[in-house]
Amino acid sequence: MINDNFYKRQYVISGMAIFIVVAYIVLLFNMQVIETSSGSVDGNAIIKQTVYPARGLIYDRNDSLLVYNQPIYEVMMTMNEMSKDFDTLAFCHLLRIDKQMFDQRIEDLRDTRKNPGWSTWTQQVFMSQLKKEDIAQLQEELYKFRGVEIRNRTIRNYNCNEAAHILGSIGEVNWDDIKADDYYKMGDYSGRDGIERTYERELRGEKGVRKLLRDSRGRIKGHYKNGEEDIPAKAGNDMQLTIDIRLQQIAEQLLHGKIGSIVAIEPSTGEVLALASAPTWNPQIMIGKERSKSYLKLLHDKSRPLFNRATQATYPPGSTFKTIQALVCLDDHVITPNTQYACSGPASQPIKCTHSHGSPVTLLNGIEQSCNPYFWNAFRDYLQKGNNGSKNSKELHERYNQWRDHVMAFGLGHRFDDSDITPQKGGNIPSEDFYNRMYGERGWKALTIKSLSIGQGEILVTPLQMANQTATIANGGYYITPHLNRHDSMKTHIHQTGIDRRYFDLVREGMARVMTNGTGRRYSITDVEICGKTGTAQNSHGRDHSIFIGFAPKDDPKIAIAVVVENAGYGATWAVPIATLVMEYYLKGEIEHTDLFQRMTTSSTTTLNAKKD
Amino acid sequence: MQRRTKLINNIDWWTILLYLGLCIFGWVNISGASYSYDHPSLIDFSTVAGKQLIWMGGALLLGGIILLLDHKIYDTTAYFAYAAVLVLLIITRFFPPVKGSYSWISFSSSFRLQPAEFAKLTTALAIAKYMGQYDFKMRSWRDLIKPLIILGIPAMIIMVWENETGSALVFAAFMLVFYRQGMSGYVLLCGIAAIALFILAVKYSDVPIPIGTGTVGMLSCMLLLLATGIFFVLQENRYRMEKWIITGSVAGLYGICLLINIWVPVNFNWVSLAIVVLLAIYLIAANLYKRNPVLVMVGLFMLLSVAYTNGCNYIFHHVLRDHQRSRIELILGMRDDPHGVGYNVNQARIAITTGRFWGKGWHQGTQTQMKFVPEQATDFIFSTVGEEWGFVGTAGVLVFYLIFILRLIHIAERQKDNFARIYGYSVASIFLLHLTINIGMVLGVLPVIGIPLPFFSYGGSSLWGFTMLLFILLRLDAAGAEQMR
Repeated sequence: MINDNFYKRQYVISGMAIFIVVAYIVLLFNMQVIETSSGSVDGNAIIKQTVYPARGLIYDRNDSLLVYNQPIYEVMMTMNEMSKDFDTLAFCHLLRIDKQMFDQRIEDLRDTRKNPGWSTWTQQVFMSQLKKEDIAQLQEELYKFRGVEIRNRTIRNYNCNEAAHILGSIGEVNWDDIKADDYYKMGDYSGRDGIERTYERELRGEKGVRKLLRDSRGRIKGHYKNGEEDIPAKAGNDMQLTIDIRLQQIAEQLLHGKIGSIVAIEPSTGEVLALASAPTWNPQIMIGKERSKSYLKLLHDKSRPLFNRATQATYPPGSTFKTIQALVCLDDHVITPNTQYACSGPASQPIKCTHSHGSPVTLLNGIEQSCNPYFWNAFRDYLQKGNNGSKNSKELHERYNQWRDHVMAFGLGHRFDDSDITPQKGGNIPSEDFYNRMYGERGWKALTIKSLSIGQGEILVTPLQMANQTATIANGGYYITPHLNRHDSMKTHIHQTGIDRRYFDLVREGMARVMTNGTGRRYSITDVEICGKTGTAQNSHGRDHSIFIGFAPKDDPKIAIAVVVENAGYGATWAVPIATLVMEYYLKGEIEHTDLFQRMTTSSTTTLNAKKD
Repeated sequence: MQRRTKLINNIDWWTILLYLGLCIFGWVNISGASYSYDHPSLIDFSTVAGKQLIWMGGALLLGGIILLLDHKIYDTTAYFAYAAVLVLLIITRFFPPVKGSYSWISFSSSFRLQPAEFAKLTTALAIAKYMGQYDFKMRSWRDLIKPLIILGIPAMIIMVWENETGSALVFAAFMLVFYRQGMSGYVLLCGIAAIALFILAVKYSDVPIPIGTGTVGMLSCMLLLLATGIFFVLQENRYRMEKWIITGSVAGLYGICLLINIWVPVNFNWVSLAIVVLLAIYLIAANLYKRNPVLVMVGLFMLLSVAYTNGCNYIFHHVLRDHQRSRIELILGMRDDPHGVGYNVNQARIAITTGRFWGKGWHQGTQTQMKFVPEQATDFIFSTVGEEWGFVGTAGVLVFYLIFILRLIHIAERQKDNFARIYGYSVASIFLLHLTINIGMVLGVLPVIGIPLPFFSYGGSSLWGFTMLLFILLRLDAAGAEQMR
């Protein structure tokens, strides 16, 4: 080697080459192996399009279609793909919006408080719920706007103008929904209330994915791997409601101009035939873009239409409660069918009688004539059985708890937790603790809570519970949890009252007499024996509420009903005719007393107007 | 006839095998990158892949001719070839530009040459010839002036006249050749230090440190310099207590500052700067009684580096205009710009990432097929390798390349003739620099500098240029082996 003292430097140079190559391999390992080990990387040549499933259809019990799907269009934007020369003005023109609205919308999208899902990489919903004619122009010139895509999906539409409370509606999911269930993405729809919400999982189906190839200029080149990796959307399950939509129509018509509710149940199955609350709204106003506007309007309406009076309003059951009182006392042998109590009419103490009839009174007469003293005496005897009835009596408290358990076995004073009806209020059959807090542990006795004997005072139940209680009597001692899904028979959800069937026959007899001789005698259905009981719920804020419970036919009950008309006074005047008309329509398929029907549907309980003054 | 058999025996067939391997896999990827999803056809001479096949045939022919020619002509014609290419470089200006760059000589719309690709070759020959003379010795920096001029002329023409910064940058490869031939290693180190300090100081100049005040950029630069200083202190005073006094007081100063920082926020930038300056002054002063000029050099290096770092910072933040600053910010990855300069790198990164471990397979790379990476058949060909062949492919190509370059260094080292050895090192260095800059660019760790990946990037000029570069070395090597026997 001549002239070379630096041959060792070959190792330095080789070392540099090795170092560089190793460093790059480490970088590549990090990029291609470590970074990709978590989650999927598809790059931007493959776009994953969500395929939205058709939501399940909703039918009534007679297979008439109530709720179906209707296509709408959404304009989607991926900010990162929009080119710098995006022609905003032309875009606005095609969508028929102004530049100001465009800017506002972009600003809203960027606001992570309003839109926590904001990202420049993912599609954002620029405009939603557009009709075909709204996007037709844009569709034609879509190729000019890189990063913009039109997505179609479906919203709900309704074949009926009724059952708004039952059906509910769908709306865009909020951030809480997304956090709770990662099925949802921003901009998805889900059932917000009613059946749509309760059966969301069944109705929504399963989203699919379509993998499309597109080139660097955004042009779709077809399915990735010929669609091998596509996942088709699974349509939601259709569902059938227990509701009879025609009956529901009749019920809502009868409640027109009134505040109140009607609940009809098929006693043998617990199926809810009709569930009407008034005032209500037409479900068709909750379609698409109108929903939020309509919803706000309803929310601020003074008559509170969003409040489902059939399941959320609680009332004292009034005299309708006497049927329960009779059954509980009979079962405990506090009274027998022949037990008689004296009635002094309006002069009776401590509770006066509001009806004029003979004295003394037997059970059947007591029910027929809705004799207050009779049921006060029976209740007092029940509570004081085996004790002296003093305030110090521990036994009296025990008796009260016993009584309360019996009453609640009728489904009163608590929510039906196994039911699909939402929302529900529980109501209140006051507990021992409730009175202990109110009067002190030794501060109350039978006389203190005398109002309970005739269904007034602290006792509160919902119309749904009243209807269910009626079904229990119609069934002769048990009820099946009231429900709305016809496919779920709920046969296993039988709730026994534990009261002897004999006594039910007796009470039914009494209820039949109500409709022939008693407070309900003015209304009837030809050839059908009706059992019923009127009631008047005392209302400290205004006129009393008119209540009626009943079922028909007497010997083979097909329908049990509860009607509450607020501020309408006596049960007999409003609730009875409404209930008989509903039952008649259900049993016969038509209404014979058309004049009565006419009168009931057109007249309004004017109290609402009076209250406003 | 006898000479011919000898030649076949003396050729380094390993290198030719590596060369063919790289070319074939390169073609496979060009085919992948230019494959048309709409009109799939494998061999069609109107497509990019088809044209490259023709270029490859030409390259083999060229290689064969080079091997058959007498080895002496490369030595004797070196200066002439060098001058001829300079002329070619200059006349490119009179041909129509391609994509804004005046670096082509067009014969027809589909056939044109890029003389810059051949300038590397002729410059390597010229430098080898000059430095290979018997009377050339690398004694001081003055001996470097002429070689620097030889490489400087074509580099300047390419950079200024043709506006091809990337191609000009390749001429930096000759620094490695100079180093091998005796240039001080400190020059290389200083060059690397200057780049490292610049990147650190500028890139992290706005990143605050977690305790006290100060920036990650300046602090890390100062700590780097401090470490250098301490290293020399420890080495110089191996057997003396002095080293403990110095390191102890540096540690103590930092301890006190940390303590003060509990009540008053301390600016660790300035504290570190002061310590580095003090240490540098100590090192220079220590020379007075230690009589070690290295210490003075180190001390001066530290002081100059402090000035350089702060200067870079100041110029970046206060002197540069906005567009100049943003250009640097993009290059250093301080800012995302998916639409602008960062677009290529971003798309290349996505493509490579989606390749994962095994790759998607030939013609299966969706990013590649859908043409997301601009220039994917030329400068960004490595992204196709990454997507279609995965980590196995990218690591494989890099390892293959490493073996190839190490083989070239080995060949260069075994040359007895100075001309051949210097030329061999030039070849190895040029390949190494191309590999480093091209892959670094695709991976996003180096700025976007448009130079090809040898044998992979589509292009006849570059393929022919690299082939000639390589085969001349093989011819010289064979001649050397011939003389041995």
